[in-house]
Amino acid sequence: MRLTGSGLASERGGRLIFEDVGFDLSDGELLAITGPNGAGKSTLLRIIAGLLPATEGHVVATPETDGPLNTFMHYLGHRDGLKAALTVRENLEFWQKTADSDGGIGPLDALERVRLLHAVDMPAAYLSAGMRRRVAIARLLVVRRPIWLLDEPTSALDARSEGELGDLIGAHLAAGGLVLAATHLKLPVAITKSLRLGSAA
Amino acid sequence: MKAFLAIVRQTIIVSFRSGGGPLVGLIFFLSVVIVVPFGVGPDINLLSRIGPAIIWIGALLSTLLGLDRLFQDDRDDGSLDQIQMAGLPLELVVLAKAVGHWIATGLPLVVAAPVFGLLLNLSTAAMGVLVLTLLVGTPALTLIGIIGGALMVAIRRGGMLVAVLVLPFAIPVLIFGVLAVSAVTVGPSSSFGLPFLLLCATTLLAVVVGPVAGAGALRAGRE
Repeated sequence: MRLTGSGLASERGGRLIFEDVGFDLSDGELLAITGPNGAGKSTLLRIIAGLLPATEGHVVATPETDGPLNTFMHYLGHRDGLKAALTVRENLEFWQKTADSDGGIGPLDALERVRLLHAVDMPAAYLSAGMRRRVAIARLLVVRRPIWLLDEPTSALDARSEGELGDLIGAHLAAGGLVLAATHLKLPVAITKSLRLGSAA
Repeated sequence: MKAFLAIVRQTIIVSFRSGGGPLVGLIFFLSVVIVVPFGVGPDINLLSRIGPAIIWIGALLSTLLGLDRLFQDDRDDGSLDQIQMAGLPLELVVLAKAVGHWIATGLPLVVAAPVFGLLLNLSTAAMGVLVLTLLVGTPALTLIGIIGGALMVAIRRGGMLVAVLVLPFAIPVLIFGVLAVSAVTVGPSSSFGLPFLLLCATTLLAVVVGPVAGAGALRAGRE
């Protein structure tokens, strides 16, 4: 699969955040999106995820996907998407059912990968920020999707979890996946392509 | 279908576990029903005549309660993003949320209505019809209210604004619902069939308009 964005521009609240941004990514490649605060890294990822309309430009996949493009994507944003009232297992099962995917690994296996098996029946409300982030990462595993959009994926993670996330990203790339990551930190994996968004106005 | 049912189930569970869900609505419903007789005075005949209207007003207000948080909570914890990428059309997501919310908050009202009817001296026949109209009508209230709930995602701190925005659109449901019960409480001067069918029609209309308008509001509120 190849993901191409061209001529992307975003204007929010009357302010042009970025314009004429493009990228071209194919199987097994990682795009690191960098730039200062307010440069539009999160906005760009949300546009690619179809959660925000782009003011100009478009994102296309080749070959064309069967169904909406964003159902081939995972979005790991600032908000983890966990329901505080549900247990960790219920949250993962909910995602698995709504995404209606096959090919992902089971919730318990995924939790083992992020070392949270002991918290499986704990309500998400009692998890720390780093643990919540790790459950959100487990979502990338229970539902298999080729494109990962990661917004500051290492935030709240400790050094060990950071390394493990790097391994997961590496394995995903090796399996032919695509990763777009917005970060101002050093990513724990080798970057194949990078995109720098301009300084904030 | 699996995704639809998963959303229905999740909405019910979350509603039950956080903030008492149905209990809050029921208590609010009960307080409306209990307060009115004190205000109106101990005239049993008057009470049984206006009883259906009181119960319908109580059901209307308590249905709108809690709808303002329905999508706001999803936005705040990020699950609104995830659910938009799940692949289910947004209209069906809104419908599933409405079904779940109705089962958690609307259905308990319908079940409790006969008990509250006792407090207002309603006859058995009137209670039967009342339950029937509530069963048909409260889904419409939820589906109309959910449009306001979806709008709150964009407006943020809306609070009571949902009730103000949505109330005018819920009034036809109230009118037809109370009219249908009046056939039993007032007597042969008013008919049951016509208002009841109009109530059914309003609900069917709300099943279509609610999800479409709600999804439109969610799309407009994207940030």
